[in-house]
Amino acid sequence: MSFFLNGVHVPHRKNTALEPAVRLTDVKTVTIPMVMHIGAPASPIVKVGDLVQVGTKIAEAVGGISAPIHASVSGKVTKISDILISTGKTAPAVTIESDGLMTPCETLKAPVINSREDLIDAIRESGVVGLGGAGFPTHVKWNVDPERIEELIINGAECEPYITSDSLTMNERADDIEFALRELQKQFSLKRIIIGIEKDKKKAIESMNAMAGRMEGVEVKVLPQLYPQGGEKVLVYHTTKKVIPTGKLPIDVGCIVCNCTTIATIGTYLKTGMPLVEKCITVDGASVKNPKNVIAPIGTSLDDIFAFCGGFTEFPKKVLYGGPMMGVTVPDTSMPIIKNTNAVLALSPKEAKLPETSNCIRCGACTNTCPFGLNPAEILRAYKKKDIEMLKKLSVDTCMLCGCCSFTCPANRPLVQTNNLAKQLLREEKAKEANQNG
Amino acid sequence: MDNKLYLSASPHIHSGRSTTSIMRDVLIALLPATVAGVVIFGLRALSVIMVCVASCVLLEALYNKITKKDQTIGDLSAAVTGLLLALNLPANIPIWQCIVGSVFAIILVKCLFGGIGYNLVNPAITARVFMLVAFGSMANQAMPTIVDTVSGATPLAQMAEGESPKLLDVFLGTTGGAIGETCALALLIGFGYLLFRRIITWHIPVSYIGSVFVFSFLMEGFDPMKALTLILSGGLFIGAIFMATDYVTSPATPKGKLIFGVGAGLLTFMIRYFGIYPEGVSFAILFMNILTPYIEKLTAHKIFGGTKE
Repeated sequence: MSFFLNGVHVPHRKNTALEPAVRLTDVKTVTIPMVMHIGAPASPIVKVGDLVQVGTKIAEAVGGISAPIHASVSGKVTKISDILISTGKTAPAVTIESDGLMTPCETLKAPVINSREDLIDAIRESGVVGLGGAGFPTHVKWNVDPERIEELIINGAECEPYITSDSLTMNERADDIEFALRELQKQFSLKRIIIGIEKDKKKAIESMNAMAGRMEGVEVKVLPQLYPQGGEKVLVYHTTKKVIPTGKLPIDVGCIVCNCTTIATIGTYLKTGMPLVEKCITVDGASVKNPKNVIAPIGTSLDDIFAFCGGFTEFPKKVLYGGPMMGVTVPDTSMPIIKNTNAVLALSPKEAKLPETSNCIRCGACTNTCPFGLNPAEILRAYKKKDIEMLKKLSVDTCMLCGCCSFTCPANRPLVQTNNLAKQLLREEKAKEANQNG
Repeated sequence: MDNKLYLSASPHIHSGRSTTSIMRDVLIALLPATVAGVVIFGLRALSVIMVCVASCVLLEALYNKITKKDQTIGDLSAAVTGLLLALNLPANIPIWQCIVGSVFAIILVKCLFGGIGYNLVNPAITARVFMLVAFGSMANQAMPTIVDTVSGATPLAQMAEGESPKLLDVFLGTTGGAIGETCALALLIGFGYLLFRRIITWHIPVSYIGSVFVFSFLMEGFDPMKALTLILSGGLFIGAIFMATDYVTSPATPKGKLIFGVGAGLLTFMIRYFGIYPEGVSFAILFMNILTPYIEKLTAHKIFGGTKE
């Protein structure tokens, strides 16, 4: 079956494109949460008063789905206590006071890879998680029956407005990406590696094409400029023509999808032994005085990041982790940047203004822009009636929460927001059924 | 300015398009036909337009006030209904009948069903059909005031009598008919604007007008000029471009729109050839409005990766 996957033309606002990232090193303290990934929180292995260096492991992965965490500055552990994280919950966090020297940990060295298991271990030890935003521990993705893996899809779509940090990775860290890909090719029998990049990112396409030219079995797929090309299922379809059924994962159709910065981070670790301790993030939004890409230690507070970018021109209405289509609002700028932060936006009141909500005029924009052909207006009606059967029929669990429907709705109805609630309702119903039957 | 950060679920930006901006674009798109109508039919046409627009807006405002609902006239949809109604009436219609038509459109068809988005059928079309049945004046179409008309009938009535109106006349609109329906040129300019602004897609107007053309072509012994005259005559252009494309009462998906357009085309053709009225556009659209929920059910997008029931 063939599909045309729709979407919306979002404003690009890639104000920070084509400028090199600036490194922020003189942070006084970093606060590193133990939850920066999907899965079990990492468990701290340092205590207050311990001295750490850049790359020192400070927390161990707990259980199968988790990831270790490393110190991002050199200095002293001054506090281990709960802080508020972006999900609205609290999580333990390790606060380190920097000695200002950024001394790398002496014991770090490039891992020796002799087998597939060694490589998966190395990926785990690098602390890397899905850096496109999902934060799923990368080593878990690769720890499957290797026979099942046919293709590696690298996500360089970067379809959200403002964000340019992934493009920068592809422009400037092709060597790191190449190093990781060669090792992955050596240990896994990958048929193809496809790098998906949206059409307008000419420099990234050039850089990745040059890299693909040096390698075997690597190709660049130029994607249409239509949000959300970076959605996992959209990307897999546009690169391989494979349809991932609702409720299934890319691996179920033989694909592993990794963000380009995730791959570059693995490359750095394999080369040098330096784990994930810093992130390149796009700092932008009309409230930011000097928008730029900043390479900052993980755990740097948003206050420090914004101060580094000249502070605010006017107080923002919203501050986001991530892009404006799927990003999460933060209540407080003392919160830190974490592993999967790729952008921090401070939206001015004017930028963040949304139209008033009014009656649905049945224009069909929501269903006609939905990449998966869902009908959000009908889902909203069914959700209001708590019509479980109808919600199932409307296949709301297929929704990836990309937000095209809400973005485009002229009545500004809470469409994607309701899809999310409806998905939750279906999960609860399923749990209830399982309880009754079991 | 309170220095507080707002929290909300994503997305945090919006396309900027609103119901009001859409309705404003529809009004702009109707401007050429409105001007053409006033030029062709004189100041009497202007008074019909003003009365219809004013009474539709006032009636909706009044209804909202009496029933203590949020005021909705700011979305401009009442103004669009008023203007469309006026453009579908002859310039010589008694003013009191314009007001009755407005009451029918706004109160009965729109407000009582829950206001914008909840009406089952197009308010202006339904009011026109009601007036067509209720008032004899509707059949007595006004003639252009800017040209000397030879015949006292509309192009469709002329053709029913075996006469053939000039193609240029039906294109420029210097014929008998409703205020806004005669000037195909002005309506096409409006169509272009709506497409350019992406307010509507081509599907309904093209499939509707196209199917009427094909049916007429077959019926008229493969005479393309006659078929062309037929599609340019009567209310087909204003109906296909502005009334059949009403979001609320037409299908959402491209496939549904095509079915709607061809269905309306077939009905229009049948009424024109076999009915007792010379024109069938309003009836055809009204009937397709009623079928819309069913067409929508049949033509929903297939879901990517969705599991089959």
